[in-house]
Amino acid sequence: MKIRISNKFSSAVKEKIGFTFLALCIVITLLFLAGIIYLIFSNGLEVISWEFLTSVPRKGMTAGGVAPAIVGTLYLTVGAVAFALPLGLACAIYLNEYGPRGFIVNIIRMSINNLAGVPSVVFGLFGLAVFVKFFGFGVSILSGSLTLGILILPGIISASQEALMAAPYSIREASLALGATQWQTIKKTVLPAAMPGIMTGVILSVARAAGETAPILFTAATFYKRGYPDSIFSEVMALPYHIYALMTEGTKPDKQTAIAYGCALLLLAITLLISAVAIYLRNKYRSLYAR
Amino acid sequence: MPVKNNDVRIKAENVDFYYGTHKAIKNISIDFYNDKVTAFIGPSGCGKSTFIRLLNRMNDLIANAKACGSIYLDGENILSPKADVVKIRRKIGMVFQKPNPFPKSIWQNISYGLEIQGEKDKKKIEAVVEDSLRKAALWNEVKDRLRDNALKLSGGQQQRLCIARCLAVDPEVILFDEPCASLDPISTNKIEDLILELKKNYTIAIVTHNMQQAARVSDFTAFMYLGELIEFGVTSQIFTVPKEKKTEEYLSGKFG
Repeated sequence: MKIRISNKFSSAVKEKIGFTFLALCIVITLLFLAGIIYLIFSNGLEVISWEFLTSVPRKGMTAGGVAPAIVGTLYLTVGAVAFALPLGLACAIYLNEYGPRGFIVNIIRMSINNLAGVPSVVFGLFGLAVFVKFFGFGVSILSGSLTLGILILPGIISASQEALMAAPYSIREASLALGATQWQTIKKTVLPAAMPGIMTGVILSVARAAGETAPILFTAATFYKRGYPDSIFSEVMALPYHIYALMTEGTKPDKQTAIAYGCALLLLAITLLISAVAIYLRNKYRSLYAR
Repeated sequence: MPVKNNDVRIKAENVDFYYGTHKAIKNISIDFYNDKVTAFIGPSGCGKSTFIRLLNRMNDLIANAKACGSIYLDGENILSPKADVVKIRRKIGMVFQKPNPFPKSIWQNISYGLEIQGEKDKKKIEAVVEDSLRKAALWNEVKDRLRDNALKLSGGQQQRLCIARCLAVDPEVILFDEPCASLDPISTNKIEDLILELKKNYTIAIVTHNMQQAARVSDFTAFMYLGELIEFGVTSQIFTVPKEKKTEEYLSGKFG
């Protein structure tokens, strides 16, 4: 049956159908994206105001602003990257440049990739057990940053590894042939050439860290906090968790939903802002180190 | 051309080299003379590049490779596991087949070698940058744009920049691994002139596929085939009255 139908069409028609189908897939995807953006803007824009951005919540979350949550999200994201970037980059350098080739390194690589597949709530539980309880950091910015850091670590490692691998072999040779040590070669030649790729990894990680809810659920976030965090050991409000809390708790769902959309809009904006900085840095390096 | 024994700069004795189990270099012994150009010719895959890359230990980067025998430079065995690779590479510079400037400025390309040695003196670096570029016959073309990215230069200029970069660390020996393979005839001429100029002060080894090039620039020629050194001698002799049949066949284009 199938064969008979396909015989009816010429290959040109089949080609056309194929292309149309592929184009349709793009349109569907874009519709979803546009839908998300429209939904967030249409529902969230009305609550955005200077007060919303700069003041603390009032009247049981139904009025005032979400400034502490913005600040909290920034702290957590910056903390996560500050922890995961040096660690991940160092791992990538070792695995790629120094590590012995073979079985053990492959196992390590596979484990790191598996780490990327672990559900984020599991990271949350891990953070609770290790950072909050065992190390005694409590529910705090520190615990949350470390947990988010572990969450984004695999992404940073694999992005860095790929970037290092993509650095041309010829410039390593050039550097070594001039009498540079391997470390000098990595530091002065390979890393700068790999920087745009590493930055791309950081960009993706930042977006991920800023938006995750589950890992900070038990390790950092609180629904309401009077004022701003005063040290890395304070618990914080954070935008993703704030959205979750607004939609599941409280007594005035109408007002809370509007605020939740406002938070979603902010989260989107913050992610874009951080990404923009990273993209700027990436392009700066790219123009310096690539043709 | 009479050559005294104390004019030998590098002495290779019974050198073997393996890629895994494949023996790529078979028992090569050869001397490199002071301030002379030694050319390596032979068909692709005969081990010319592999051999000269042993001289500055660049083959260290290859996994599962192994070298036996000895290569002496200033009385030290380069192939010894105890040899200081960094020191060897500072004494024996290398210019590669494809120009490989760093994606940095022209200035930074030259100053790189000094910086890794910890040179901080700006005046000295400035002097070396100019001097190296002059020696590589590139100064006049780039003196007004030293801060430009080296990748903006033409292929021939890039290769001369790589030569200047190599000169900046003041080596004793320079290895050229098919330096003109990716260059046009005019750039090739410039590089050849440069090699003839450089041999006044440096011991040079050059791998080339171009037999005319070997004839033009070298004092000694080594013909290699399937990992063996078939014949080594004064260039004029090799090209006019080769002793080995294989050499004659190769030079007359019977294979290659």
